[in-house]
Amino acid sequence: MLSRVADSIYWLNRYVERAENVARFVDVNLNLLLDAPPGMEQQWKPLVITTGDQDMFKQRYGEATAENILRFLTFDREYPNSIISCLRSARENARSVREVISSEMWEQVNTFYLTVNEAANVGLLSELHNFFPEVKMASHLFAGVMDATMSHNEGWHFGRLGRLLERADKTARILDVKYYILLPSVTDVGSPLDDLQWIALLKSASAYEMYRKRQYRITPKGVTEFLTLNREFPRSIQFCLLEAEQSLHQISGTPAGTWRTDSDRALGRLRSELDFLTIDEITQQGLHEFLDRLQVRLNEVSEKIFADFFALESV
Amino acid sequence: MLFDAYDPGDFFDELFLGPGQPRPEAELLIKRVNAMSLAELQQRQRAVQNTLFKLGVTFNVYSDNQGTERIFPFDVIPRVVPGHEWEWLEKGLKQRIHALNCFIHDVYNDQKIIRDGVIPRHVVESAPGFLKPCMGLNPPNNIWCHITGTDLVRDKDGRWYVLEDNMRCPSGVSYVLENRRVMKNTFPHLFSAMEIAAVDDYASQLLETLLNLVPEPLIDPRVAVLTPGMYNSAYFEHSFLAQQIGAELVEGRDLVVSDGYLKMRTTKGLERVDVVYRRIDDDFIDPQAFRPDSLLGVPGLMEVYREGRVAIANALGTGVADDKLTYAYVPEMVRYYLDEDQIIPNVPTYLCEDPTQQAHVLDNIDQLVVKATNASGGYGMLVGPHASDEERQDFCDRIRANPRGYIAQPTLCLSRVPTLIDDGFEGCHVDLRPYILYGQDIYVNPGGLTRVALKRGSLVVNSSQGGGSKDTWVVKSINPDAMVQS
Repeated sequence: MLSRVADSIYWLNRYVERAENVARFVDVNLNLLLDAPPGMEQQWKPLVITTGDQDMFKQRYGEATAENILRFLTFDREYPNSIISCLRSARENARSVREVISSEMWEQVNTFYLTVNEAANVGLLSELHNFFPEVKMASHLFAGVMDATMSHNEGWHFGRLGRLLERADKTARILDVKYYILLPSVTDVGSPLDDLQWIALLKSASAYEMYRKRQYRITPKGVTEFLTLNREFPRSIQFCLLEAEQSLHQISGTPAGTWRTDSDRALGRLRSELDFLTIDEITQQGLHEFLDRLQVRLNEVSEKIFADFFALESV
Repeated sequence: MLFDAYDPGDFFDELFLGPGQPRPEAELLIKRVNAMSLAELQQRQRAVQNTLFKLGVTFNVYSDNQGTERIFPFDVIPRVVPGHEWEWLEKGLKQRIHALNCFIHDVYNDQKIIRDGVIPRHVVESAPGFLKPCMGLNPPNNIWCHITGTDLVRDKDGRWYVLEDNMRCPSGVSYVLENRRVMKNTFPHLFSAMEIAAVDDYASQLLETLLNLVPEPLIDPRVAVLTPGMYNSAYFEHSFLAQQIGAELVEGRDLVVSDGYLKMRTTKGLERVDVVYRRIDDDFIDPQAFRPDSLLGVPGLMEVYREGRVAIANALGTGVADDKLTYAYVPEMVRYYLDEDQIIPNVPTYLCEDPTQQAHVLDNIDQLVVKATNASGGYGMLVGPHASDEERQDFCDRIRANPRGYIAQPTLCLSRVPTLIDDGFEGCHVDLRPYILYGQDIYVNPGGLTRVALKRGSLVVNSSQGGGSKDTWVVKSINPDAMVQS
């Protein structure tokens, strides 16, 4: 498969997944605030911090008001990681590989883009409660259509690889939002408010029901463990790494547990470390620190994938 | 009834013989549309436009990524061509393509037609599409023009003419296929009642045409469509065709010449490409052989091509037959190579490089259409009767300065088809571009792209100039013995 094409399918999936996850972590914040007692200060700034793009935000908007932040993350066409920008990039990538993906995939991503574009043109922030679920559903639809209409060939594996690496990164960021929100009120740990916040967090990762089936009680440790180390839940970090690794091995043709390319090695190593990690070790080093390091490692994996498969070195 | 108010006027109308009097082959269509309300028809028209937009059947207006694609405007009232007339057109097109191919092969090899004095040497060698580096080339089976879209028009008396031969990379066939797809949803009953010739065969025929060029027996030959990239105005078509025939869609930057072969950069290293369906003009295809500033092409490709290690469709150099001056000599080509008379006539053409003809053109410029010999897309032309005095004067100066660069033709009164505009039908001028493939045999896709001038009274149908399109229905003749023009 053409390197350029593989690159585009990979990014098409990353951008769709990224848009979905921005919707998820803005949504979790909206939900957390709804349950917050009156008088409690609204916590919006952490959202920008977790994106890692606070400098750009400051430059473009200055004050971290709810409205500014919502606009920045959803409809800002100049900010490359806003929902509208993600969809535009996803669509541009899809357009450049239309002949490789199925028509249904193209139609779905095009419709998805047109919907978000129209919402962005209207720009009504009061409608966001309905908008975020729509974005999530459209993203699921895209993944489902891709699963059911495209041959599970090399291109499909590149797509899945992109989607799962993006999801692992974003689940880490969603967990991080909670870390920031909790920071000013450590005394609330274990209180009913705290419980509600963890439930909202689980819901934002569509994880509430699946979590209940496994652990019954909501505890910070339990939720963190579920979203990082669980091997069965499709939005947990470890699940994403396991599946991403499968796709990478399908692409490179190396058997699981061995490596030939740098990307094989980087991803395999990260996945196997998580295999033997316990939640206690994570809390010991600090959740935020753990998530931060994980994101750096994931970036390294992406860079190695780029070098191994996409870089068009001149002959 | 919807068509009650429609007056075909003093024109050749493709659907009506006179007011309220449909042509026999269009009767069922008119009846069906008459049974609809205006609102219903408008609703269907909108639904079709919507579908085309969602499918992304678009062309780019200019290059940036802020959603500047538009759909090619589409009208739901089709153009109908009776079967017996189509058979005649098909025969004429095959004859023309056959002769033109002989001509291209000849001018790049023995040049018999020049040596026998049928076409002056300077006409051929001054054509901008004539490429010296192609001298002596022998493409597989001596076929050069694998894919052609010939522009046909009809005058006021209903006579057909060939207006232009597009021998390089004609576009538009994707609209034929997609328009048909949406029309089947719009008028399903008519499709079962009217015996409309199917067009879907095009993709298979195109693939066969390209596979026919594979340079040596290969088990799994690789066909690629070469596009300038996603910001090209016809990008939708490039990707659509690649998808329909299962070919790789490549850009110049995906390709490289290595070990004497053309290869593409893949996730598993370099892989050979055997056949290239190029949608890039000759000039841009190899910066080493042609334009050195081209970033779209592949350095060294010409050398590989010359060695016969890769096939290219259309062959490089076919533009020599795309020149409006060589066009004037097609009747002579048909006679010279095939010993036949031309079936579909050319539009009478005045060559400005001939002093007598130039004088006639300058004296009658308000009656004529003047065209630059090496332009297309409706650019570089003057429609005399519709132009201002300054524009006419400007073209007279241009002709005097560069006689080789211009030809003139009488202003044809193009035939019309009723078209839904605002709240009613208006007769709009149309042309027809059938698509012809030259593989083992010559194949003509039944119908073609009917382009329609949506600006009131306009004669220019190009998409870049406010034109739209219609589906073209080749239907079984109601009266098979009807006479066709001789």
